[in-house]
Amino acid sequence: MNHWIKGVSSYAADIDGLFWLVTALIGFWFIVAQGIVIYFALKYRRKEGVKAAYITGKTWRELSWVFIPVVLVVMCDGWIDVATASVWHNVKETLPTADHKVGVMGQQWAWTFSHEGPDGKLGTPDDIVTVDDLHVVVNKVIHVDLQSKDVLHSFSIPVMRFKQDTIPGRSITGWFKPTVPGVYDVQCAEICGLGHGYMAARITVQTQADYDAWMKAVAAGATALPGAPAASPAPAAAPATQVPQK
Amino acid sequence: MTSSSVHADAAPEADSHAHHAPQSFWSKYIFSVDHKIIGLQYTLTGIFMAVVGVYMSYVFRMHLANPAAHIPFYGVLSPAAYNSLVTNHGTIMIFWVAMPILLAGLGNYCIPLMIGCDDMVFPRVNRLSFQVFFLSTVLLLVGFMAPGGAFGGAWTSYPPLSAKVEYNLTPHGNVIWLLAVALEIVAFLLGGINFVTTAMNSRAKGMKMFDMPVLVWMIVIATIIFMMSVGPLVAGAVMLLLDQTLGTHFFAAQGGDPVLWQHLFWFFGHPEVYVLLLPELGVVCEIICVFSRKPLFGYKTIVYTTFMVGILSMIVWAHHQFIAGIDPRMASIFSLTTIIISIPVAVIMFAMIATLFKGSIEFKVPMLWAIGLIVEFLLGGVTGIYLGSSALDVYFHDTYFVVAHFHYTLIPLVAFGGFAIFTYYFPKVTGKMLDERLGRIHFWGSAIAFNFIFIPLFFSGLAGEHRRIYDYSGFAELTTPHMQSLRTMATHALLVMIAFQIPFVINVIKSLLKGAPAGANPWKANTLEWTADSPPPHGNWAELPEVYRGPYEYSVPGREQDYWPQNAAN
Ligand code: HEM
Ligand SMILES: [Cu+2]
Ligand SMILES: [Cu+2]
Repeated sequence: MNHWIKGVSSYAADIDGLFWLVTALIGFWFIVAQGIVIYFALKYRRKEGVKAAYITGKTWRELSWVFIPVVLVVMCDGWIDVATASVWHNVKETLPTADHKVGVMGQQWAWTFSHEGPDGKLGTPDDIVTVDDLHVVVNKVIHVDLQSKDVLHSFSIPVMRFKQDTIPGRSITGWFKPTVPGVYDVQCAEICGLGHGYMAARITVQTQADYDAWMKAVAAGATALPGAPAASPAPAAAPATQVPQK
Repeated sequence: MTSSSVHADAAPEADSHAHHAPQSFWSKYIFSVDHKIIGLQYTLTGIFMAVVGVYMSYVFRMHLANPAAHIPFYGVLSPAAYNSLVTNHGTIMIFWVAMPILLAGLGNYCIPLMIGCDDMVFPRVNRLSFQVFFLSTVLLLVGFMAPGGAFGGAWTSYPPLSAKVEYNLTPHGNVIWLLAVALEIVAFLLGGINFVTTAMNSRAKGMKMFDMPVLVWMIVIATIIFMMSVGPLVAGAVMLLLDQTLGTHFFAAQGGDPVLWQHLFWFFGHPEVYVLLLPELGVVCEIICVFSRKPLFGYKTIVYTTFMVGILSMIVWAHHQFIAGIDPRMASIFSLTTIIISIPVAVIMFAMIATLFKGSIEFKVPMLWAIGLIVEFLLGGVTGIYLGSSALDVYFHDTYFVVAHFHYTLIPLVAFGGFAIFTYYFPKVTGKMLDERLGRIHFWGSAIAFNFIFIPLFFSGLAGEHRRIYDYSGFAELTTPHMQSLRTMATHALLVMIAFQIPFVINVIKSLLKGAPAGANPWKANTLEWTADSPPPHGNWAELPEVYRGPYEYSVPGREQDYWPQNAAN
């Protein structure tokens, strides 16, 4: 699908390959069926004095016109099923060991991301928390820990071919491995109320060096925010909401 | 209460349509128990709601083509209004357009006429069904006047969003929406009882089960699927209502389960797709037999595979939830069942295509719509395979690809199928013929424009555009001129499609006023409805018909005529 959208994760090519397989198989059937309908419609137009044939399709011999193609359809189905199951297994049923973990919290209407701080652990006070701005290192397996504060959201990164709903009260782990540095869109894919269309975020895929530099800058910059009171709480604890709350 | 009083109650019901005394306008058209009037009431309400639903899609498509601009006949669209229009567009099109026209309208009008009886088994239950439906229609529309606005949490109404006012911000709209949908379901349950019992018990003398037109089979099977799948949804609706109004926690994160609703909803929602599909397939079968003068290919095979579709349709629901937090191992099973359902559907489609083989095809307007339905539905059907494949659905879920896919199934069913029904039965219902030339202009204009609405949306979905989004300006990948041109093209095509409804309206008015008289059987069809007068009187026939053969004896060798009505003695 690279023609329409980039694929920048380790499994994007698998999903795209499946897309082309399905396209080839259904494309074949689509063209054959369509062709026959149109051919019949043109060929058997009413002609004066020509009576239609009396064919009821009651005998097995006649029914085989339908059932032989159907057997072929079954074989195509089987092919698609097997290919699907294997890609699905890689993408959703297995969980490669994490190089980095990120916390993702959906809420009306923003994404809050927690990155591992200098201690390399998530859930500690030195975590780096950002809003709508996710940073990951290229060619590392990223585990995302998906949660929601209020309603359902869905964390979707089209270029990674990654999508997973976030559910209040649950924590779901997903993974992807970005392969090309760049800045990409993150969308919310599940309607979540008034601001659903505004739940846009970005993911920045960068090299380890750039990532480290970014982390330093955030840690430094956040404490030195212009006008920030000297006694402001540690940046990691700053609540990430800039959303009008009811 | 004695048993005799029960009988006294039932008696007037039994002979309510036996006396043919002149009736007032009210009792004839508004409070009628005649199945034909009730069928027309459903159909006309459905057509009215279709106008409302298309108007909504016009408003939000205009907004997407030209964000925040002033929309003629509306104004400027706000995010809250966008959500409520999308939500109610979907709700209306499924529950207030497709269901009343394809199931209730068609079923009520056709079942008694096709099986040769004078009315439904329970005419008053039938009338009650429409009255409840009418109430639900009014209630849904009242939602737009409620303080806080109409519900905007999508036609699927997922909690917690739909359950709590703090989240959806429509304090009355959400409750009204839910009550309206629940009432609508009650109406269809009442009507459904009639469909099944009438087809089982009231067939004309001599008509065996397999002498019924396939359309009757399809409606009966669709009704059974509906009645079997809707129970859990009703239970779910009660729980959701309690969550909304009394603050219970059935679908809350603490003490409940938000995902449970999705199971209840889709356990109904997916079979519902087939509830809409089957009657349409039935209509197409009738029409292609009549207009190609051929027996239906593999009649019994079609009926049996339809039962299989019905059963399979009840075990595929979780394909809507591949990424909704269900166990990934379960997804593979649902992916399999979903793809398997393509098998019986393929049998039916192939049998319909085989019916055309060596026919004597005449492209009258109903036939154009029927063949158009097959051609367009094929694209909707095959694109479903992408979405049934769990691994691909990870990417496609909730994108415009899905929107394009299901409109390629629903618009052929509702619009193409609806117009096929309309143009096929117009002569029967009114006694007047429609104009063929205006009909062809209407068909070609609408059909071509339709493709230009939804083909672009397949491509915007492929490029990762998510649905139900008011404003794309926050997404760098979606704000390119190319993406915007896809959105604009879809909207312009919609305007063209709407414009092409004008010849249809002219055609209807003109034909009602001075259409050629239709006679009882303008299409030279075999089924019993064409042996009644056009329009059929109250009670349908002076003397009920008797049946001697199946419904599809066209072009029988050795006979002079190429059709052989079911009730002709020889
Ligand atoms: C007149 C032509 C129609 C147009 C241009 C149209 C367009 C659309 C579009 C663009 C959406 C997605 C909006 C969004 O996600 O932001 C949508 C949603 C929907 N449409 Fe249509 N539609 C039409 C007719 C129909 C018909 C005939 C049906 C069904 C019988 C239907 C059923 C639905 C449903 C169920 C939804 C989902 C609503 C939701 O997301 O909650 N539409 N329509
Ligand atoms: Cu959202
Ligand atoms: Cu489904």
